[in-house]
Order: sequence, then C-alpha cells, then structure tokens
Amino acid sequence: MTDADRREDTRESEVGPEPVTVSADGCSLAFGDLSVLEDVSLTIEPGEFVGFVGPNGAGKTTLLRLISGALTPDIGSVTIDGVDVHDLSSRASSRLVSVVPQDTTLSFSFPVRDVVEMGRHPHRSRFSSPTPADHEAVERALERTRTADLADRPIDEISGGQRQRVVLARAIAQETPVMLLDEPTASLDITHQVETLELVRNLVDEGRTVVAAIHDLDLAARYCDRLVVLADGGVARDGAPSAVVTSDVLAASFDATAVVTPNPVTGTETVTAFRADCDEDSLPERVHVLGSGTAAGGVVARLEAAGIEVTLGPVSSGDAAAEAARSIGIDPLETEPFTRLSSEEVDSAGRLVRDADVTVLADFVVGTGTRTLLPVLDESESLVRIETGPFEERNAGSGAARNRYESYRERALEVPQRRVLDAVTMVFEKSQSNPAASADSTDG
Amino acid sequence: MYRPARTAAWSAGLVVLLIAVVLASAALGPVRIDPVTVAMATLNAIVVPAGVTVGSASVPVLGISVPAPGLEYAAVFSFDVPATRQIIVADIRLPRIALAATVGLALAAAGTVMQGFFRNPLADPSIIGVSSGAAAGAVAAIAFPALVPFGGLHLSAFVGALATAFLVYAIATDGGRTPVATLLLAGVAVQAFLGAMISYMLVHSGDSLREAVFWMMGHLNNSQWSDVAFAFPITLAGVLVLCAFRRELNVLLLGEEDAHHLGIEVERTKLLLLVLASIITAAGVAVAGIIGFVGLVVPHIMRLVVGPDHRILLPTSAVAGASFLVVTDTIARVGPAVVPVGIITAALGAPFFLFLLTRREVHSV
Repeated sequence: MTDADRREDTRESEVGPEPVTVSADGCSLAFGDLSVLEDVSLTIEPGEFVGFVGPNGAGKTTLLRLISGALTPDIGSVTIDGVDVHDLSSRASSRLVSVVPQDTTLSFSFPVRDVVEMGRHPHRSRFSSPTPADHEAVERALERTRTADLADRPIDEISGGQRQRVVLARAIAQETPVMLLDEPTASLDITHQVETLELVRNLVDEGRTVVAAIHDLDLAARYCDRLVVLADGGVARDGAPSAVVTSDVLAASFDATAVVTPNPVTGTETVTAFRADCDEDSLPERVHVLGSGTAAGGVVARLEAAGIEVTLGPVSSGDAAAEAARSIGIDPLETEPFTRLSSEEVDSAGRLVRDADVTVLADFVVGTGTRTLLPVLDESESLVRIETGPFEERNAGSGAARNRYESYRERALEVPQRRVLDAVTMVFEKSQSNPAASADSTDG
Repeated sequence: MYRPARTAAWSAGLVVLLIAVVLASAALGPVRIDPVTVAMATLNAIVVPAGVTVGSASVPVLGISVPAPGLEYAAVFSFDVPATRQIIVADIRLPRIALAATVGLALAAAGTVMQGFFRNPLADPSIIGVSSGAAAGAVAAIAFPALVPFGGLHLSAFVGALATAFLVYAIATDGGRTPVATLLLAGVAVQAFLGAMISYMLVHSGDSLREAVFWMMGHLNNSQWSDVAFAFPITLAGVLVLCAFRRELNVLLLGEEDAHHLGIEVERTKLLLLVLASIITAAGVAVAGIIGFVGLVVPHIMRLVVGPDHRILLPTSAVAGASFLVVTDTIARVGPAVVPVGIITAALGAPFFLFLLTRREVHSV
C-alpha cells in the first residue's frame, strides 16, 4: 500500500489523523551519573507500528518519555512532524501525541467515562461544555476498547487489566496522530493482550504512528511492523521482526539463551528463553539425547540454547522431538516408525553415545524397536534421566529388556526436565574429576 | 458523564441553604428578632453604586491632596424596620455573619484545591504554612506593635501568610519544577520553625499574651463591614478564578506526567492554583485568625455527597463551607458560653470527621 492509498483509506475510516513522522536525533540522557540512553537516533515513519523491546533497564520507558516530551534529552532532540517536542506547548503536544503509561494506578473514584473524557481536554476550551464531537469520541473509544459496560463504574473499583484498557481508551479519545504505549499489555490476560494489540494494529492501519514498549517478544514480533532492540542505553538492533528476533540478537541483547522457532499458528517468531546463569566452562561439549516426544524435544532445545552441541536419536520421523530438533537446526538420527532398528542404525546410535560427554534419556520408550538399542548405553558412564510420566506407560518390552533398562535407570541421575542443564553439568563434572572410575567400568 | 445541570442544582440548593442560615443566624442573639424583620433589615442593608463623585474625596500623595473618584451608594430597599433592630441586624450581626460566610467560603475552597493539588486527603488550606505565617505576622503585630510599622493586625497577618507561602514555594522549587512532596515537607518544616518563633514571641508578649492567644484560636468577634470589604472581594475573585481551573484540577489528579500529556502546563497551573489558594486562605486567616477543620472536613463531606469531580466539588464545597462557618459561629456567639469559633469548628468538626471516617472510608481525594 502506498502512502497515498493509505491516506485515502484513512479518510474513509472513522478516525483518521494525518500520519506524522517521529524522530529522535542523537539523544543522550543521564540520571545523575547514570547514563540511561546514549546517542540514540531513530526515525519512525508515518503509520508505522514500532515495538521497543529489550531487557529491563534497557531504557525503553525512558526513550518513550523522551519522545513524549516528559523528559528532555541532555544532548540531541526529538521532533514530531518536524517540530521539536520541547518547543511545543503542552496543549499543542497533547494534540499530537497521546501516551498510555505503564503505571495506571488511580486513587480517586471518578467514573470510567469521566476518565476517558479527560482525553478530550486538549481539544476543549476553558469555558465550553463538551461538544457532541467530544461525546462521540468518548463513546467510540469506550466501544473500541470494550470498556463501554464499565463506563459508570468508579475507576478505582475495576481490575488492573480493565484500568489499562480504560487508559488506552483515554488515549484513543485524545485522537492524536501519534500514540506512545508503555507496556500496554502488561497486566492483561492473554485474550485481552491479543485483543488490545489487534486494536492498536487497527489504529495503526487507520494512519496513526504508534510506538510501544512491549516486553513480550512473541506478541511484539506478531503485531509490530518493526522492532527496535534497546540494550545498554542504545539501539542494539532495528529492523523487521524476523530479522530482529533471532537467537543471536537475543543472546547479545538480553544476555539470554533462547530458541526462536516459527509459531505454527501465526507463522511469526516465537521465543523460548532459558536461564543463562551457568558457567560455560563447566558445560560438556557434546550431549546425546535418547528418547521421544516433547520431553526429548525440550531437552534438545534447552541444551542447544546453552551452547552445547546436541545430537538426537534414533527417533521416529514425525516424532515431536524430531520436529523440535529440526526447527532449531539439529539433524536427528531418524528411523522409520514401527519398524525394528537396523544394525547400522544401532551402530550409528552407539557412535553418537560414545562421542557424547553425557547421554540424556528423555522419556525413553522400551519396546521392540528400541530393545536392541539398550546395549549402546554401555558406551556411556554419564547418564541423565528425565521421565515426565510413570515408566510403566512407556514400557512395552519383554521382561528381560525391562530388567536391563532398569539397571541403566539406576545408574542415571534422575531430574525434572527443567533441571536438565544442571544435571548434565553435574554428571559431566563428576566424570571429569574421576576418569579412572569411568575407565574401569567400561573395561568391566 | 459530568452534567453541568447537576452542578447548577447542587450549587443553587446550597446557596439557598446559605441564605436561610444567614437569616436564621441574624435572628438569633441576645435580642430575638423575628425572621421577617431580619429579612427586611437585611434587604435594607443592600446598597448599590448610585453615582460617581470626583473631588469630594481626596487621597494624599506626597503630601498633596489630589482629587480621586469615589462611589456614591444608595439603598435599594426601604422597608420599615425599627431603628434599633435595623442597627442590630445590619451593623452588628450581619458584618460578623458575612465575614463568617466569606472565611468559610475561602477556607473550604482552598482546602478542596489543596487536597486535589497534593492528592492527599490530609491536606488543608494551610498545608504550605499560610496559617503559621499569618499567626507569626499577627502575634508580632499584637505583641510588638513597634516592630510592625506598616499598619494593622490584618495586614500584618496577610503579609506574613503570603510571605510564608512564597518562601515555602521558593524552597521547594528547583530548576523550574516544584515537586509536591518537597512542597509538603518544606511546608511542614517552615511551619515548625514559625511555631518556634510564635512561641518565643508569646513568651515575651507580656500583657498582650491573652489577645494573641485569642487571635490564634480563631474568632470573629468585633467584625466590621471593613473586614468584609477587605476579605470578600479577594475571596470571591480567587474562588471564581479557581472555578475556571476545575478541569485542570481533575486532570492533575492523574499525576503530573499524565496531566502534561493531556495538555496541561503543569508547573504554571500548579503555581496558579497554589497562589490563588494561598491568597484566599491568607485573606480569611488575616481577618479571623486560625480557624481549623473547615478547610479539611468540608471538602471531605462534600466529596462523599457529590463525588470527587472538582467541577461540582469545588463550588459546592465553597458554598457549604460558608454555611458551615456561619452555623458554627452562631453557636459560638449565642451558645451557653461565648467562645472563639475556632473551638467550635474543631470541637464539632473532629467528631463528625471521625464518624465519617469509621462509617465510610475517606481514603482518597
């Protein structure tokens, strides 16, 4: 859609402020000795939905407050529609920019409708009563945020999520071409998060320029046209969500280990983050995962995110674990489902177990197909076991196979799935500190 | 949504109540006067400017008398009222009642504004030290007349009040911004300091101790029309301008940053509200001394009745405050013992406030 088309559209829709450009030029700001933003430059195009993402304390709120004019940069300037925001009167800037703050606690009992009506303040003269246009704007804003049924309730008696929508309604009633939202979905349940961002998306499509700090990366990737990653007081990355939400960027900016996979429903990037507090030196280099289902898939993703080289298999093609591994770029050792493993497959599995520092059994199913696999476990002394359900449910093998597996079970360190990284590290360290024991046992 | 008609109805009702209270009060006293006579005497007291005279009055400037324009007044009504009753009502009771109404109006309006401004239910008109400043000025004028060269008690109290408000504001302002928390704490500190000064002056006030203490209790004894002429125009003008900023007061409740984003010049508006509230408080305190509780309790009562919206709260609180002080001063004047009205407002106001506090939560402004 060209800008001209968009404007044409806008004129036909119910509210259509002329789109305006917002830009920050070389902005730096320090609170006392603490530098919060350093040399941030950013241009937000008319009708664009830009999401600010970044770790806590990265300066998202501060940058929003600079753009809104609530804070003045030490160096640099912010312009809206070509005018420096700090040269504008409050009244003039409040007709250009509306703000939905993060903290919406209000300690007085105005009816919701009156709070939304305050959004009309910039458009009213001192002595006039509200005009029909004011009433319409208020009612429309209540409808759009689905707060009309709350209109007569006192603002201090509704829930935090409802209050957040009321404050959004106030900003909508303000009818400004630019909207700044600080965590607009922070206290909303999942339905209202999506509903609110759909609404914001519609506001953008009507021609508004919207900048929002959104801590939920998945939602940000799904609704924003562009994401700006802020980290350490600067712009770490700026671009389309698919270019910005990658595990590399997240590792660099959030100091987090995360797996980014396409969401099967929305097709946008989905982030699964893990704790990043382990000491990299103590991690094993290579871990083999034997097992199936989401338990094995989760283990693969978790270990891969920590920077470990992970191998998986044998696993039936089509198994959730195989899918999970492939989505993060790991090629599993795949086998035909419901068939006996060939001796080559058993040999390859044995090699993978031998080459790995630690082997993880994740919901390993003992059955006809996998019975022949049990001897390969002799290749590893460092075993970790994860079982998300009772063992009996996964045991389809003969008594002999079960007894044999039981012996491996006892040798393995059992942990819940989320503790897998700690367990792998622990087992690995133990084997490193006691190589003799490991050798003896292999000989025997 | 806000309905102007509701505000008009409440305000009109409260004005009618005020008129009734005024007439009832004027009927009460050592000499009982029937309401009809009171009404007629009151109407007889109303004068309007009837003409301008030039040169009949003169103002000395640099020792030379220059002609100045003056107003001639004429009575509007001339009901037949016995002369003694006319004098009792028009010259003795009405000035005091009018002054009570004026001071009540000022204190209740200023209290409403301060509570909204500070977003603090404990705020009262003298939260930034206006009363302490007035007391310091008044006590100085009473105890050490020689030290206060520029005139009477009222002026001294008025100047002391405004000087204190200005001082507190100046202390709390840094780089063009005046955080309300700093303002509040600066007010507390300055009040404590002035309290010490007042105590020191009282200790050394000698024979005038009684008069000084009596002033500080807040009373309307010996009120003159000249007191009303001083306090009423200031109060009326101040309250009217404050009423023009009712919407700003509402939006300021959202917090200063939100208010800025909703088009309010926050610092300028805060300064204006503070100046006006301080001036009307100073005018009231200067003529009546420190009358507590009116400015704290009346806004809370009206908030429970009409809600927190300043568009209706401010005018109704102001008028209700006027009635409240007329009633309490009548009790002070005709009750079993003649006491300063400040004692009555606190003695009646505090239990009533506590009653409200236990019945309904007064947790927000």
